[in-house]
Amino acid sequence: MGGIVQFDNVGLRYGTGAETLSDISFTLAPGTFHILTGPSGAGKTSLLKLLYLAQRPSRGLIRLFGEDIVTMPRARLPGFRRRIGVVFQDFRLVPYLSAYDNVALPLRVAGVSEKELDGPVREMLAWVGLANRATARPATLSGGEQQRVAIARAVIGRPELLVADEPTGNVDPEMAGRLIHLFDALNKLGTTIVVATHDIHLIGRVAHAQMMRLDRGRIADPTGALRHPPSRPAA
Amino acid sequence: MKLFVPFAESRLMPDTRLAGPMPWVIAIMMFLMVLAAASGLALAQAARAMGGDLAHRATIQVVEANADIREAQARAALAMLARHPAVADAKRVTDAEIAALLEPWLGGEAMGGDLPVPALIDVTLRPGNDADRLAPALAKAAPAARIDDHAQALAPLTGLLAALKWLAAALVVLMAAATTAVVVLTARGALTSHRATIDVMHLLGATDLQIARLFQRRIAIDAFAGGLLGLAGAIAVVVLLGVRLAALGSELVGSLTLAWWGWALLAALPVAGMLLAMFAARWTVIAALRRIL
Ligand SMILES: Nc1ncnc2c1ncn2[C@@H]1O[C@H](COP(=O)(O)OP(=O)(O)OP(=O)(O)O)[C@@H](O)[C@H]1O
Ligand SMILES: [Mg+2]
Repeated sequence: MGGIVQFDNVGLRYGTGAETLSDISFTLAPGTFHILTGPSGAGKTSLLKLLYLAQRPSRGLIRLFGEDIVTMPRARLPGFRRRIGVVFQDFRLVPYLSAYDNVALPLRVAGVSEKELDGPVREMLAWVGLANRATARPATLSGGEQQRVAIARAVIGRPELLVADEPTGNVDPEMAGRLIHLFDALNKLGTTIVVATHDIHLIGRVAHAQMMRLDRGRIADPTGALRHPPSRPAA
Repeated sequence: MKLFVPFAESRLMPDTRLAGPMPWVIAIMMFLMVLAAASGLALAQAARAMGGDLAHRATIQVVEANADIREAQARAALAMLARHPAVADAKRVTDAEIAALLEPWLGGEAMGGDLPVPALIDVTLRPGNDADRLAPALAKAAPAARIDDHAQALAPLTGLLAALKWLAAALVVLMAAATTAVVVLTARGALTSHRATIDVMHLLGATDLQIARLFQRRIAIDAFAGGLLGLAGAIAVVVLLGVRLAALGSELVGSLTLAWWGWALLAALPVAGMLLAMFAARWTVIAALRRIL
């Protein structure tokens, strides 16, 4: 079946060491919500990097939006990246841009005009509770505030796929709940979501979320549900 | 191809114009380049003027002590030259003109005496002919005649001018190459110091061209500012030198002038430098980006 993401026997090896990821196979149906867990160093970030096209696998097949991205020419990748929203584990805000400009970045890259982007950017900043910090540089924001800017930047373009690496690591439980609510709202609009987290509270927050567990570079899939997932449960 | 970025994209890079040494290095390069180009152009102009005025001319001297024979041969030579196909014009230099030429050396009375002065004929050749073509006919008409070929006499000077002209051109090319190297180094430095930002933009779906445009814009602005500064300095020097040379009043030096298109060419150098810098930056950034996924 055609998922929005399809991994088939994917392996990833950095340099010449042992494989960081081995035999990863799963399919994500459009509009589903996935929570990726696993101990530190299991390879969660590595797996997400393959998803947001920062890395090509050493072996195996990856299909994204129905196309093979392993053999895809480099020039076509930017178009795919624009359909994916990413919350990086280390935020990666642009240090000399204000919170506003950081959030506006994906829209500007995509060529949206200033007039059209102003409303959505302000709305998104308000959503993450940073309406009054729009002009602040990342260095003057707290860790949690930076994380919220990173999340706002990831979702502003209404991506088809949202990939978030520990998106609630630096915020209090109440803000974590708000952010998860934001992801959920986006999910209801049709975005497929993959969140990597250690946060036990988060795991119970989204009722329809499907769990994926990584351990030492391998995905636990005892029932085979990840390979051949049921279609999205009715909400 | 979009060379300049719209405002929205330009805000993605901090505007640190005229920071760092590149504009100043480019100003110095442009200063030297404009001076070299100006001298090259002036030399080319002088060489052309010299070629036009003198290369097609020759002087024929009839050197004969006996005044009657000299006069007869001079007339015969003139008659022959008037019919010769290689000759556009042949004119006897009058005794009064010769006297005027010799006066500074021999004093006013020389012509009155018996001093044997050669008879002179000024010949203008048709284009594509040289004075040697006249020799056989001339030997028949006037055995005492000698051909004085101006082009040959000037050959060492025109050779020198041509060599200097090429030297100036080589200097311009070398300085353009050095400027390119400076730009490439600057672009590489900028790439390194903005590495994190580039990675983020890349992952947000920015194309190589979008990222390259951010750099090429800033570098083009810096290069243009530096180029204008260098041009202004060099033009000031050229104008001052021109004033000094004009004061000398020498005819040879006087031909060292620039035509309007020479000035236009000099003024175009900063623009050319800017374009060169822009494409060098663009190429450097794109080549570096190709190495990441
Ligand atoms: N760029 C890299 N080069 C070499 N090794 C790497 C690189 N990135 C990650 N690794 C290694 O791959 C393994 C998995 O790292 P990864 O970051 O994917 O783990 P993680 O599950 O995200 O951990 P955490 O929960 O701490 O974020 C680790 O052993 C790490 O050292
Ligand atoms: Mg990680």
